[in-house]
Amino acid sequence: MSQGVAITGIGIISAIGNNVAENFASLISEKIGISKISQIDTIHKNDIMVGEIAMQNKELEALLNLNSDAYSRTPMIGIIAAQEAITNAGISDINDCATGLISGTTVGGMDKTEQYFYDYFEGNSHWNHITGLSAGDSSKKIADYLGLKESFVTTISTACSSAANAIMQGAKMIKSGELDRVIVGGTDAMSKFTINGFKTLMIQSDTFNAPFDNNRKGLNLGEAAGYLVLESDKIIARDNKKVLAYIKGYGNANDAYHQTASSEQGDGAVLAMEKALKVAELSPESIDYVNAHGTATPNNDLSEGRALLRIFGDKVPEFSSTKAFTGHTLAAAGGIEAVFSVLALQNNIIYPNLNFKTPMIEFNLQPEIKLKQKELKTVLSNSFGFGGNCSTLIFSKEA
Amino acid sequence: MSALKIELKEKIIEQLNLEDLSVAEISDSEPLFGEGLGLDSIDALELIVMLDKDYGIKLADPKEGRKIFESIDTMAAYIEANRS
Amino acid sequence: MKKSVYINSVGSISPQHTLDNTLFLEEVVNYNSSTLNVIAPNYKEFIPPAAARRMAKGIKMSTVSAKTVLNEAQIEESEVDAIIVGTGLGCIGDSEKFIKDIIDNDEQYLTPTRFIQSSHNTVAGQIALGMGCKGYNFTYVHSTISFESSLLDAKMQLEENEAQHILVGGVDELVDHHENTHRLIGHIKDTPTNSNSLLNSNTSGAVFAEGANFFLLSNSKTSSVYSELVALKTFNEIAKERVATLALKFLAGNNLEIEDIDLLIMGNNGDVNFDDYYSQLTESIFKHTPQAYYKHLSGEFDTASAFGFWLGNKILKHQNVPNAVQLNALKPKKLEIVLLYNQYRGENQSFVLLKRC
Repeated sequence: MSQGVAITGIGIISAIGNNVAENFASLISEKIGISKISQIDTIHKNDIMVGEIAMQNKELEALLNLNSDAYSRTPMIGIIAAQEAITNAGISDINDCATGLISGTTVGGMDKTEQYFYDYFEGNSHWNHITGLSAGDSSKKIADYLGLKESFVTTISTACSSAANAIMQGAKMIKSGELDRVIVGGTDAMSKFTINGFKTLMIQSDTFNAPFDNNRKGLNLGEAAGYLVLESDKIIARDNKKVLAYIKGYGNANDAYHQTASSEQGDGAVLAMEKALKVAELSPESIDYVNAHGTATPNNDLSEGRALLRIFGDKVPEFSSTKAFTGHTLAAAGGIEAVFSVLALQNNIIYPNLNFKTPMIEFNLQPEIKLKQKELKTVLSNSFGFGGNCSTLIFSKEA
Repeated sequence: MSALKIELKEKIIEQLNLEDLSVAEISDSEPLFGEGLGLDSIDALELIVMLDKDYGIKLADPKEGRKIFESIDTMAAYIEANRS
Repeated sequence: MKKSVYINSVGSISPQHTLDNTLFLEEVVNYNSSTLNVIAPNYKEFIPPAAARRMAKGIKMSTVSAKTVLNEAQIEESEVDAIIVGTGLGCIGDSEKFIKDIIDNDEQYLTPTRFIQSSHNTVAGQIALGMGCKGYNFTYVHSTISFESSLLDAKMQLEENEAQHILVGGVDELVDHHENTHRLIGHIKDTPTNSNSLLNSNTSGAVFAEGANFFLLSNSKTSSVYSELVALKTFNEIAKERVATLALKFLAGNNLEIEDIDLLIMGNNGDVNFDDYYSQLTESIFKHTPQAYYKHLSGEFDTASAFGFWLGNKILKHQNVPNAVQLNALKPKKLEIVLLYNQYRGENQSFVLLKRC
């Protein structure tokens, strides 16, 4: 009954590249995507650094053959990453088995809503974006573009753990036999809404974010989309598919501590990691690398660090946060970091935790700061979000 | 000074939706956070905006707020000393 | 062996008097409007002021619905293993205010509360925070299958015994900018419509509304049990001419035939352009099946189907189809199996099967 969950395709667009190859090249050459903001006009432009996708909306529209101003940026980057994952998985007919899409997003079409909020009442030229505010609309557009018919399509929004949760639910639906194939991940474009929202929380850094550093000043917002194609054993056998990696474990728990902050001792994170290890039937010692949530906010890194110590004791495996490269891409974070985890397994490498200089005074934890070669069998990836949401995924080479 | 304190209490009640409280029920010296009024870190961020908007005082680091918002007394003293 | 999944209790805040679980639409509130608000309870009786002060309407409605659910099933907060919420737009009222503040104040003097409430998962998160529930916590935000996605997730976990009790709900708020913009694009009826004549309005658009409908799903029955959740399936879109075929396929997948369905509960909202999706069932394969509808009572919103789910559960428990919801003149001979179908503007269709306990 219980089946393996194979990953057969990956796709990504982020501040460090428009596809998998570009992202990987950036990761191994320490090319970061953090800069001053250029595509959104905001009064905070001198106070923040962000991870923007290089392509402007008109370039995305041209690439996708869309009319000008047809779609919000969130579905456009989502389509690019999801399409790459489908192509990577060698799928020619997406409806040749029970295929679903589970996508995570927090902002959805917020970029257009904030732009045309009052304009809607002046004339009808932007009314196409009115229904685009609904988070589910971005997934609908991705599903339509991919040609999904009479399919299971849904959207998860659990703040910064959205894509991780989409991957978790997709894996469960493959395991239970509800679906044969599912495209899972998340997408979030930059918006004034999130820039100002995080501004009110005073957790945005005015310089390059430095995860797990004692002098970290906060996060850099990023935008990205990252998707995986998951397929059942049945489809792998039917199509004689090459498997990139497997989803071995997953766990979701709630911190139930504070509306936005993580608990002092990382209770929710500990529960999520414990559950994921249990589902994977793995002991903590068998985790070879942790791709941490590591947002570089004072609160997250302290809480997550303590949680890592509670799970792994004095044998914390090599860990790093890739957010110094991409910024914190909110709902997409769990999706792009899943892609990074698969690439880590395939290439047996651990990514550097850039900008780290000084260990935190609260504990003796040192992330990997240089690219490192290591034979990897398993990678654990954390994603935490507002509302106490904590999620852990475990990826493995073997089923 | 005491006019400022009353003003602060009124603003706190309004800004933080403490509609069940009256100005008379907030003492000048009791802690605003934790034990006393029971405010939390989100309230602290709300108060930082209030300092900026109403008194022209900008705080860059939310940690600075902890000492300033200890009580109505400390808030009023800080505003008197730093308002623009 | 998969475990069976039961709906053990309900909690509903709607434009009708639904919060008191001892009642069942004995009195129906008739409206003549194009938007409906919920009949709000006195929130202060349910939520301590310190907790309520930062709560958006959606959170308040959900909190009260959730408390009603736990009370009725006599389940302690600590026994809830997971919380799963479906919401099309989350606490959209706060999102709108935050955008307005950004524009009106030129990105200055913004406060965090509205931003925090804007996060779609704020309802599930705040319920967990209030209950101290550290278990699984999910939020689905996919238009008119937000609630059904939550149901499916809960069902899968209960069947595998990964959880024993799961709080599942659907919530959406009706607020200004959302209403005003949807009037512009004709999704809301441009004339007030009487509840009684909703389906004969012959006009386009729907009567928009709001509500919070929560349920306790468990893999064992409590004494308050309402029904068994047999199956459900959602689709991103079904062409009109395929609705009947897929309904039959869904039934067949559950070893059922048309004659096994004692009552059909339909999501008709009186939109002349889209109600014919329902006629694909009501006027063809289910022509001789007793039928009910509910959106004249609940109004239309992303999680209105959770009100339909509430109705199906009440009907099975009370063994009675209230006059106000009868869609055709056929009286059910028995009330054992109920089929629900919902869609919105030809998209996000769902079939749900409930069985009497």
